[in-house]
Order: sequence, then structure tokens, then C-alpha cells
Amino acid sequence: MHPAPSMIVFTVLTGLGLGMVALLGLGLGPDYGGTRWLASALALLIGAAGGAASLGHLAHPERAWRGFSQWRSSWLSREAWLFAATLALFALHAALWCLGDLRLRPLGWLVAALALATVYATSKIYHQLRAVPRWSVPPTPALFLALSLAGGWIGVRMCQALAGQGGADGWLALALLAAGGVWIWWQTQAAGARLAAVGTDMGTATGLGRLSRIRLFEPPHLGHNYLLDEMAFRVGRRRAYQLRWLGAGLGLLLPLALVVLSWLLGGWLLVPALLGHVAGVLALRWLFFAEAEHTQALYYGRV
Amino acid sequence: MSTLPGPTPKKLGLVIDLDICVGCHACAVSCKEWNTGGYGAPLSDQDAYGGDPGGAWLNRIHSFEVEPDDGPAQIVHFPKSCLHCEDAPCVTVCPTGASFKRADDGIVLVDEDTCFGCGLCAWACPYGARELDRRAGVMKKCTLCVDRIYNDNIPEEDRVPACVRACPTGARYFGDLADPDSEASRVVQERGGFDLMPEQATKPVNKYLPPRPKDRPLREGPGDLAALAEPEARGFLGWLDRALERLG
Repeated sequence: MHPAPSMIVFTVLTGLGLGMVALLGLGLGPDYGGTRWLASALALLIGAAGGAASLGHLAHPERAWRGFSQWRSSWLSREAWLFAATLALFALHAALWCLGDLRLRPLGWLVAALALATVYATSKIYHQLRAVPRWSVPPTPALFLALSLAGGWIGVRMCQALAGQGGADGWLALALLAAGGVWIWWQTQAAGARLAAVGTDMGTATGLGRLSRIRLFEPPHLGHNYLLDEMAFRVGRRRAYQLRWLGAGLGLLLPLALVVLSWLLGGWLLVPALLGHVAGVLALRWLFFAEAEHTQALYYGRV
Repeated sequence: MSTLPGPTPKKLGLVIDLDICVGCHACAVSCKEWNTGGYGAPLSDQDAYGGDPGGAWLNRIHSFEVEPDDGPAQIVHFPKSCLHCEDAPCVTVCPTGASFKRADDGIVLVDEDTCFGCGLCAWACPYGARELDRRAGVMKKCTLCVDRIYNDNIPEEDRVPACVRACPTGARYFGDLADPDSEASRVVQERGGFDLMPEQATKPVNKYLPPRPKDRPLREGPGDLAALAEPEARGFLGWLDRALERLG
């Protein structure tokens, strides 16, 4: 699948922002001083920036409002509702908290549930696509949620540290380890979900496989088309191995090391930890798209 | 509405005979010609006369080589367009309601005034039946020529999809696949018509008819092909030819 920058930036930034929103809603971080302002503003800013990036994927962004209409059947529509509701209620929660000195717990819990539901809806957009076996493996929603929470945890603790109100603790290290575990779980499942492994090949795509061996003799045309650009992306798969370890290293291992170091050297190390995490998750999300095979490519002999 | 209507009383669709198709691409050209001026925005091309041409087509012809264990290889030309699936995943994923399946005849269409070009329906389709028009920014797909088949302003013989009308070999049938007595249903029954990727559980309406096995498989090489192409000898040379043949 074509790794569109708008989709990668959208899923990574909203994942991070909503992870922070969920954890702030649940009550992570101290209830006083600079943490409130810094964490609330950063969560809103990152979430909103991610949401804006999603418009870049639409050929008609001026019709974006139409995307709210089909919540009964479409995960993309549900995501739109959940995302808007989360940001609106979190903005209210943040205003009451920062300006009114009131941390409304039930509202926070509702915001947290909505934020996690939004990330789940995002993951379902990919998870539901049976035509992309790599995305429809069971741990895909867990992967999105785990990376979102791990990033959010670094984000909130970083804000705390910058406000001089504490910093990394053992739970953050555990969250990163847990996210690493979920990532390895997803990775092993995805590695076994190539098209050939799930029983779809050129033979079933054309129905001719039961008669005989089959190969593509001629494509319909020699030029490119939308389907090939979008569904038969093959650039960079050669470097997937290196990129995967770079992504896991920057996204999970480096933050884990910096968290441990921050206990000795100070909480400011959580700033490079968050930057590394975002860079690493961007690389992993790029691979999430680039490595995914689509059944359509079978008709072009490009799997 | 991007919820599916459930079983439709009519299931209009195509049956494509892979035994007959010669891969002339007339159906694809005719489709492009009709649909660039018919329903919705024109089917745009990019860099049409340049070095890297591309564009939106609703029907494309792939060619495969199949090689049975007990016979020679053969070429199968494979036209592919929207299969108007009963359980169309492209419809339910649509966030705007632009993508819909008609409750009366089962045709899957896109309302181009509502589509915002997110491309999710094209991702959801296992078959590659939907292409985003790069100029109009909306999703294009086979309409089963909905603007021909019910059109009282054109002669009756033209009230079939443009691809069916254009096919010079009769490799395409159009009809109601919910009606067991329609010609389309009968050929599916007689010839063992099949679904593409049944494991995707989309329940396609369109069916494909398998190529017949070759009735005279070539068991041995044909010998001296050049000699077969020589003109028949007459007169003295003809007598000499026959005499030499008798010598063995």
C-alpha cells in the first residue's frame, strides 16, 4: 500500500495526542501548576495537528463534513465523530482544569474512554480490510492503542518534568516495555499474513488456478494507474529490515534507555525521548503501509 | 447510504466468457468512450500523449498464461470491472454515503457530488474495480451503464452496457443473475461459471465462464513446418515428388 505522508502523520500525531488526552483524563500527572497548562495545551495541539493532516488525504477537503454522516456502517465516519467529541470535551475539561481550578473526574474518564475509542476506530479502518491480510491480523487494534498510550505516557511525564513537578517513573518504563511486547506480537502475526499464506493468489483472483499453473502474460497497459500507485507500492521493501529496527530502536528502546537515564540526569531527557519515539513510530507506520500487500496487485503480477 | 440493502430482487450483472474473449480491448475502449461522456465527471487522463500516460478506466483487460499439467499452455484474456458484489465492502466503508448499492437492481454506484475522494472504498475492494479520477477527485467505477440500460431514448438493442454492445465475439452476457431463466444465469449453470476470490466473502454478482480445455492437444511436435508451406508441385515435378515419397 502507498504510504501517504498525510495518513502517516495523521495516525501518528492523533495517536500521540489522544494517548496524552486519555492519560490526563484518567488523572495521570499532578493536579497543580505548570503541568496542567503544558500537558493540556500539548495534547490539544498535537491532536489537532494530526486531525488537520487527515484533510490532506482528501481530494475534496471542503466536503470533509460529509464524513460524519455514515456512523452506522463506516469506521471512518465513527472515527470522525469520536475524534471531534474527544477534542471538544477535552478542551472543556482542560479549560475547567486550567482556568477554573477544577479537575472534573467523571468528565476526565469520559474523555479518556472517547480518546481510546477514537484510536480504536482508527485502527479498525485498517483492521477491517480483508483485502489487506497484513492489516487484518488480530493485534492491529492493540498495536495502535499500545503505541498511542506509550507515546501519551512519555508526553505527560515530559510535561511534568519540564514544569518541574516530577518526571519519569517505573510505570513509564513498564508502559514502553508493554508497547514493545504488543509490537512484537503484531510483527509476528503480520509476518505470517502474506497473501500467499492466507490462501489468496493469482489462481483464486482469476479463478483459473484450479485448472492449471498461471502467470501474468500481459498487463492491461504499460503505463501507471491509480490502482498501481495506491495498491501495488513496492518501493523500499528491500530496506524494511533496517527500517524496522530503526523504528523499534528510536520509538521504544531509546525512550526506555532515556527514561532510566533521566532518573540520574534529570527529566529533561524525556524531551529527546519523546522526539525519538515520534520518529520511530513514524518509521514503523511507514512500514505498516509500505509492507502491506493488497489482493488487487495479484492481477498485475506485482506481489 | 453506505449500509447494504440486503438481498435485492434483481441482481443485474455481467457474465464473461474466458473461452471466447480474444483480448481485443474493444469493451474497455467502448466503456471509456461512453462513460467519459455519460454518468458523472469525465474519465480524465493525465499526460495522455506524453511519456508517462495514465488515467481512469472502469474496465481493464489482463492477459494470463495458464499451463495445465496435461496439455500445452494457453493464453486467457481476462476483462475485469466492478463485480457489483452482494456484500460489497466498498459500500460499507464509505464515510460520506457517496458509495451505495441500489435496492432494486443491485447496481453499486458512487454519488460524485457527495464523494470526498478519501479512497477507502478502493482499498476495501479486493478486485481493483474503483479508480480515483485524478482531475475530478472523485471515485469512478463501472455503473453497469445505468444511463444506457434504462434509457428509452436510444434504440432497444443499445440498452445494454457499452462493453457488451461492443464485444465482437459475444464473450459478454448482461442480465439478471437473480432470475434463473435469464440467459446470463443459464450460461453460468451450463458452463460452471465461477466467482473471483470467493474467500473474500464479497458474493460477486458478475461471474466468469472458464476456458474450455483444448480439444486437440498437441502431443508431438508438428515436424517440418517449412515443407508444409511449400506450393503443391504439379506435372513432372509432381510425379517426381510422389516417386521420392514412395522411396521413403
